[in-house]
Amino acid sequence: MRKLLVIAAVVALAGVAAGCGEKSSVTVYKQGQYQGKADKQPWDNDQFKGDKTAWEKAVKARNLGQNEYVRISGG
Amino acid sequence: MARMKFLCDAERCIECNGCVTACKQEHEVPWGVNRRRVVTLNDGVPGEKSISVACMHCSDAPCMAVCPVDCFYKTTEGVVLHDKDLCIGCGYCFYACPFGAPQFPQDGAFGLRGKMDKCTFCAGGPETDFSAAEFRKYGRNRLAEGKLPACAEMCSTKALLGGDADVIADIYRNRVLKRGKGAEVWGWGTAYGKPERQPAAQPGAKS
Repeated sequence: MRKLLVIAAVVALAGVAAGCGEKSSVTVYKQGQYQGKADKQPWDNDQFKGDKTAWEKAVKARNLGQNEYVRISGG
Repeated sequence: MARMKFLCDAERCIECNGCVTACKQEHEVPWGVNRRRVVTLNDGVPGEKSISVACMHCSDAPCMAVCPVDCFYKTTEGVVLHDKDLCIGCGYCFYACPFGAPQFPQDGAFGLRGKMDKCTFCAGGPETDFSAAEFRKYGRNRLAEGKLPACAEMCSTKALLGGDADVIADIYRNRVLKRGKGAEVWGWGTAYGKPERQPAAQPGAKS
């Protein structure tokens, strides 16, 4: 009986001690700064292979394609 | 490359909801979440006007200012994006946004408010380009494919323009000159009337 009590006390103490050793799970935020994952540039991928000019050219063509005055009358 | 903007021509929008459908289809947006929607003013009254509304990717975005966990960032092209892994779904951005852009999926049996979802200008998010994770969280990354937002590109009347601000403003100016009316651009003053918020300096970041 006494042995059981001692074991129970040791387990309880170990539990209390483990609680004290818990690490803080609170995230510390830096005010006003993006805290998430970093993102890449839209041309840094397999398609454009870092060629910013090629990407800009592709997007510009799409931009101008929205002007139906040019598309219909041919300029 | 100048900054990316949306422009909706109320004289041309016919309320077909094609932009809404294109967005839903392109990004497989779940039920209850509308990244883009069409709003009609004076519905049923002769002379009613419709406008397509989504995140306008504001110059000085109020959502970025109010976010308590700073999960928003701005790309070098001026697109306002956010990291869903960081978002706590508090809804502050919804209250701050003048366009009602932030959406909150209702997941689970008790209608828990999920992480914020909004228009990404078809630019994905802070995950590897074209990855499954990026598509699941943010939708397709058309910008990295050298394309513009699906909503604008498929607009049948070209009421919705999206892309490089200089180019779309030129297209619109030319259009107004030709038709001689309808020079008012809804939402531009609210979205782009303030000085540009500078992208946060983060090494390797898109912003």
